[in-house]
Amino acid sequence: MRARMSHLIPACAGEENWVDSRTVYIGHKEPPPGAEAYIPQRFPDNRIVSSKYTFWNFIPKNLFEQFRRIANFYFLIIFLVQLIIDTPTSPITSGLPLFFVITVTAIKQGYEDWLRHKADNAINQCPVHVIQHGNVVRKQSRKLRVGDIVRVKEDESFPCDLILLSTSRDDGTCFVTTASLDGESSHKTYYAVQDTKAFNTEEAIDTIHATIECEQPQPDLYKFVGRINIYLARDEPVARPLGSENLLLRGATLKNTEYIYAVAIYTGMETKMALNYQSKSQKRSAVEKSMNSYLIVYLCILIGKALINTILKYVWQANPNRDEPWYNQRTESERQRHILIRAFTDFLAFMVLFNYIIPVSMYVTVEMQKFLGSYFITWDDDMFDEELDTGALVNTSDLNEELGQVEYVFTDKTGTLTENNMEFIECCVDGHVYVPHAICNGQVMAAAAGIDMIDSSPDAESREHEELFFRAVCLCHTVQVKEEETVDGIKRGIHQGKATSFYISSSPDEVALVEGMKRLGFTYLRLKDSHMEILNREDEIERFELLEVLNFDSVRRRMSVIVRSNTGEYYLFCKGADSAIFPRIVSGKVDQVRARVEHNAVEGLRTLCVAYKKLSHIEYEEVCHLLNSAKLALQDRDKKLSEAYDTIERDFILLGATAVEDRLQDKAADTIESLHKAGMKVWVLTGDKMETATATCYASKLFRRSTQILELTTKRTEEQSLHDVLHDLSHTVLHHHGSMIRDTFSGLSNEFQDYGLIIDGATLSAVLKPAPEGGGGASGGNYKEIFLEICRNCSAVLCCRMAPLQKAQIVKLIKASKEHPITLAVGDGANDVSMILEAHVGIGIMGKEGRQAARNSDYAIPKFKHLKKMLLVHGHYYYIRIAELVQYFFYKNVCFIFPQFLYQFFCGFSQQPLYDTAYLTLYNISFTSLPILLYSLIEQHINMDILKKDPSLYRDIAKNSLLRWPIFIYWTFLGVFDAVVFFFGAFFLFDNTTFTSNGQLMTTNTQMMFGNWTFGTLVFTVLVFTVTLKLALDTHYWTWINHFVIWGSLLFYVIFSLLWGGIIWPFLNYQRMYYVFMQMLSSGPAWLSIILLIMVSLLPDVVKKVLCRALWPTTTERIQVSAAGSTLHSPQGPYRGKRIICFCFFSQPVLLSKTEKRANRAFSPDSFSVQNREKGK
Amino acid sequence: MKKKEEETSNRPDNTAFTQQRLPAWQPMLSAGIVIPGFVVIGLAFIGVGVALFVTSQSIQVLERDYTAGDESSDHNCSLCVNEASCLCAVHFTLVQQFEGPVFFYYGLSNYFQNHRKYGVSRDDYQLSGDTSYFTDPQDYCVPYQYDSKNRPIVPCGSVANSIFNDTFKLYQIVGGQRKQVPFDGKGISWWTDYNLKYRNPSLVDGSLAKAFNGTVKPVNWPRAVYELDTSDASNNGFLNQDFLVWMRRAALPDFRKLYRRITEGEYEKGLPVGNYSLEINYNYPVRGFGGRKKVFFSNVTWMGGKNQFLGIAYLVIGSLCIFMSLVMLIVYAKYRFPDEDS
Repeated sequence: MRARMSHLIPACAGEENWVDSRTVYIGHKEPPPGAEAYIPQRFPDNRIVSSKYTFWNFIPKNLFEQFRRIANFYFLIIFLVQLIIDTPTSPITSGLPLFFVITVTAIKQGYEDWLRHKADNAINQCPVHVIQHGNVVRKQSRKLRVGDIVRVKEDESFPCDLILLSTSRDDGTCFVTTASLDGESSHKTYYAVQDTKAFNTEEAIDTIHATIECEQPQPDLYKFVGRINIYLARDEPVARPLGSENLLLRGATLKNTEYIYAVAIYTGMETKMALNYQSKSQKRSAVEKSMNSYLIVYLCILIGKALINTILKYVWQANPNRDEPWYNQRTESERQRHILIRAFTDFLAFMVLFNYIIPVSMYVTVEMQKFLGSYFITWDDDMFDEELDTGALVNTSDLNEELGQVEYVFTDKTGTLTENNMEFIECCVDGHVYVPHAICNGQVMAAAAGIDMIDSSPDAESREHEELFFRAVCLCHTVQVKEEETVDGIKRGIHQGKATSFYISSSPDEVALVEGMKRLGFTYLRLKDSHMEILNREDEIERFELLEVLNFDSVRRRMSVIVRSNTGEYYLFCKGADSAIFPRIVSGKVDQVRARVEHNAVEGLRTLCVAYKKLSHIEYEEVCHLLNSAKLALQDRDKKLSEAYDTIERDFILLGATAVEDRLQDKAADTIESLHKAGMKVWVLTGDKMETATATCYASKLFRRSTQILELTTKRTEEQSLHDVLHDLSHTVLHHHGSMIRDTFSGLSNEFQDYGLIIDGATLSAVLKPAPEGGGGASGGNYKEIFLEICRNCSAVLCCRMAPLQKAQIVKLIKASKEHPITLAVGDGANDVSMILEAHVGIGIMGKEGRQAARNSDYAIPKFKHLKKMLLVHGHYYYIRIAELVQYFFYKNVCFIFPQFLYQFFCGFSQQPLYDTAYLTLYNISFTSLPILLYSLIEQHINMDILKKDPSLYRDIAKNSLLRWPIFIYWTFLGVFDAVVFFFGAFFLFDNTTFTSNGQLMTTNTQMMFGNWTFGTLVFTVLVFTVTLKLALDTHYWTWINHFVIWGSLLFYVIFSLLWGGIIWPFLNYQRMYYVFMQMLSSGPAWLSIILLIMVSLLPDVVKKVLCRALWPTTTERIQVSAAGSTLHSPQGPYRGKRIICFCFFSQPVLLSKTEKRANRAFSPDSFSVQNREKGK
Repeated sequence: MKKKEEETSNRPDNTAFTQQRLPAWQPMLSAGIVIPGFVVIGLAFIGVGVALFVTSQSIQVLERDYTAGDESSDHNCSLCVNEASCLCAVHFTLVQQFEGPVFFYYGLSNYFQNHRKYGVSRDDYQLSGDTSYFTDPQDYCVPYQYDSKNRPIVPCGSVANSIFNDTFKLYQIVGGQRKQVPFDGKGISWWTDYNLKYRNPSLVDGSLAKAFNGTVKPVNWPRAVYELDTSDASNNGFLNQDFLVWMRRAALPDFRKLYRRITEGEYEKGLPVGNYSLEINYNYPVRGFGGRKKVFFSNVTWMGGKNQFLGIAYLVIGSLCIFMSLVMLIVYAKYRFPDEDS
């Protein structure tokens, strides 16, 4: 898509866009001697390989792919270090988790690849029919080669990219649906080259003698240039241009055509569909970025710890008696090792010992959380649309939490804010307005009776114009009629207005116009043999020969057709946006039409102007020549075509204008209002004209009545210089901004002015244009800054008259501004794809204009209104969940590793691990993994209905607020504190006291000594319990799953420890954990100290939470309190039990009615305004 | 528009789980729960703390340092300056009955039994009586895997090699006469170590010594492992209680290990008031690495040995809880949320 856009920009077109070409010999026949050299080229066969791996390379390739990830690589290095040097922990401790992670990922990827292999095989082996020596031969699809002539029957899909040679239809056209490529289900017409369309039997097609020159394959679906040379008899070859209208793409399906013959030009992996397989650019979420910076901090901590310990070790060992006491001597080889090597080995050993501080399982957990979590979006019943029979789609789960961080929303207008369900409202011919009656049950009005002439003054000229206007609208379009078999059928069908046949077009405006014309008495019947047939008011069929179609594009914003009437007159009809038409008008009642157009635009209607000019035969020949030479060009064809169009489409006579209404989508206004309240800035980017767009904006409450509108449009910049306008506006905004701050103190902030900015495409490009060289640097280059400054202070911005690429530019501009806000783009059409790809989060609406936007988006939703739940509920939840996940992961690993660090000070810096190998290995992968995963999947700190009702809660998590450095540091310090408590708690119990078991369980009255493993196990037990209970304290939403997982994993730890210590494991060469856990539990003081230490570790966090909640409550916490704690201050309420209010709107509505009322009261508009005002500071 | 009667196939399941509407308990860490909670916890902790403290106070501990080199009126171990095998004695007087059962410990400080290299230097297969490891000890045992003549050491490794080998005899001085206080060395190690984890090799020709054929004793040992207690077969070899106690590595560099219990005869009820003399066979060198050697007499309660820390910690944390609940109460009373006033 972007490639396509770039072609629309002139100036970037280089000299040689088309360096590489290929020559295809149709039917593998050499060209006649002398024509040109026959160079057989080798092309790949038609095998589609979407799989990544083969049976043989799966293991090495997959491993390579996986170890390219930095975390996996880190653990691989640690593992290798453990294998090589004498390390404190066995290689298993890091090898096993790594193996686990790698295996799980490999299995998943292997399975996916196996599915792909299966799909590939199915495709590659499906039969195709190839013409060889005049016979039809069945081949497997993968054996198809470039140059083969293929026969495709109706409803079959094309096996590779083909150039259409001939069809079963005499006019050489065929119909194709590209639903599987871009989702557009309409039938598109493709054309055979005129010179080959006669070869439409097996025998005939075999005699064809031609070569095709075309560009090498490129991924743009809509772009193709080539040339066919046909050798007829012994004459000079005939050269014909080939364009995308001749190219049948793999994946598309033949419709309404019995069979076609076509020649393969791109096969296998070179087909455009295959080239489009390439994955989209990876977007990374803000959370992931913070995660990576935390990781770097932890890596530094890790290295720091290892360094400190290494240095201290050698300082401590300076005393030779400490270095090597008699009871602990070294081997000879160790003594002889160089001190630097020893120090380095020690450093590595410390690294290995502390490596768990970087959580191996975090990436896996995060990935699982994202992958599994995204199912909640697809499952969401509220986002299910009956009409489209689909719910939300998640194309990438990497950005779930980014949905909770959006600051700027860029939305398309047509089809996104509005229904894109066009209805013809009126037309205006020379200032006379025609309004069709509403359709009564599809019955066609008697010809003229269907028209309400608002001011009718029929004179001859306007009569003629009127007729011409209707014909123009009937002819100037690319609408197709979904045909019935017979001409009668169509006639009857359309005539009677039944659903037997209907109009299809990629543009709903055109359908609305043609249908509107039908209601006004002119019915477009069909296109047959290059003739367009119209049923006029007198029920007569008029035939116009369609000579040329100058297709619509979004830069020209108009389209034209050239037709020849029965009487042999040539007409050029053009319709397009008023700005595209008016400058090209030479006569006509411009003023009246313009007034009507503006009037309609203010009403929010979409207007188009219609103009025509008559061509003489000579003029027509010129036009043909111009177009053909442009079309034949192999280089810069687009540029040349648009130049040709520009030359042809001028000197029009204005006929009139049409108005079509596009209704606002359901709840669009409500959604926009919510987004505003949530602190998001909403920008509407549209190609529509200013007046229409403004009207829509008012209707959708983007602008309110109180909004002061700032205009930055061509109209204004014509009067003043851009420079002055910008400075004026920024002055207004900034001045007011200043006074607003003052107002906040005087308590009048409620009434602060909010601004809306309107800017159009032309002005925007002027603003964004780089400063002219030497043009007083300061003034020129700063436009962008001033513009951004203005935008920052506007709550809503409307950008109209935007080209698709400009939409992306705007998004990019905001993305790159100094606060680096998170942007979201939402759109439904192909013209929104560029901005969807550009924004941090791209959301596609599954709209009427095909599914391109939805395909390229990160998330697709059926309707604009679903954005509200997507952001306010899902985004909020995912952000909260993943923020806790990340912080908690680092926290629990600090708790885990810091005691080991402290222990080094008491074991002579000998890298003695505190915990047993099994504990080191399983801590992250089984004892503490599931609770946080489950938390991060189902936590709901606030009920989702409250989130939806009170969008301002979204502000609480704005700007990545839960992953800021202070919070990260808090968590880290909490981890360090807890670790210190664990370690020194155990230390003081063991040190200088006879901390022993009294061994009642074993024999009577024994006092058994505890060793170092008991010490470690005590610390570890406290650790596992504390860390799990900390999560339990943070959990606000206890479903049975949470209970099961949290208590279950604690139970699992206990059972595992009993088992691990209860058996002499034959495969271990040490039995150090044997009965350690049971002995510990048989000691009273151990129990008491475990309870004590857990309490001490959890206390500060609880106190901090309660104090913060009371002193600096966030809005979220207020709501939580008012929702849950409404009975808190009831005088008779006893503590215990009832304090904990279980409130759940859905499962127990009866029980909770009292709470509910309270909660609802808290959400009355008054309390909102209070909150908003306070947030406003 | 077609009729929408047929079940739409794409519609996701509308269950409580998929809609994230599972019934849930939604507790809140609000002041209302936390403050009373803190009070309760605080009171409970103070209660436990008092109990622990009082119990701990009732435990009698007698501690003597007998490291060679120090001049002291209590002992004459300064005699053993060169720390070679020598005899010395520690004298002490009990002015009050030492309640029984009395436990007797030795203590070492600045001794890194938790050093990694030291700790891994052992072979658990040997110690479980697997004779195939007698001829071929595991590599962990370096540098005490083979002796200088390349004969396998059993039990191999630094831990076994460095076994504490001071021996003690306690005498009560009754009317100038020395009267030996009987020591009970049974069951001072873990029951599982003695009964399950450590095993002597099966006897060869009815003799334990023959099972160790082809092996040598650890370098520092005066006797082979099968000669540790020749008088009692159940306390010999790897099952020797002193050996078992030593093999369980201490967690910290200052540690105590149980040596004997005084549970027999007239001393079952404790050590009566009087003068005592502890005779020490001083063998174990500690001055080289700046270590200290100590002996302890202690009695125990339900909560184990003397442990002031736990009781004090409980008291401190308990009071802290009460204090924090007061702070929170004040804060809460002052700054309660405005929308809760009504």
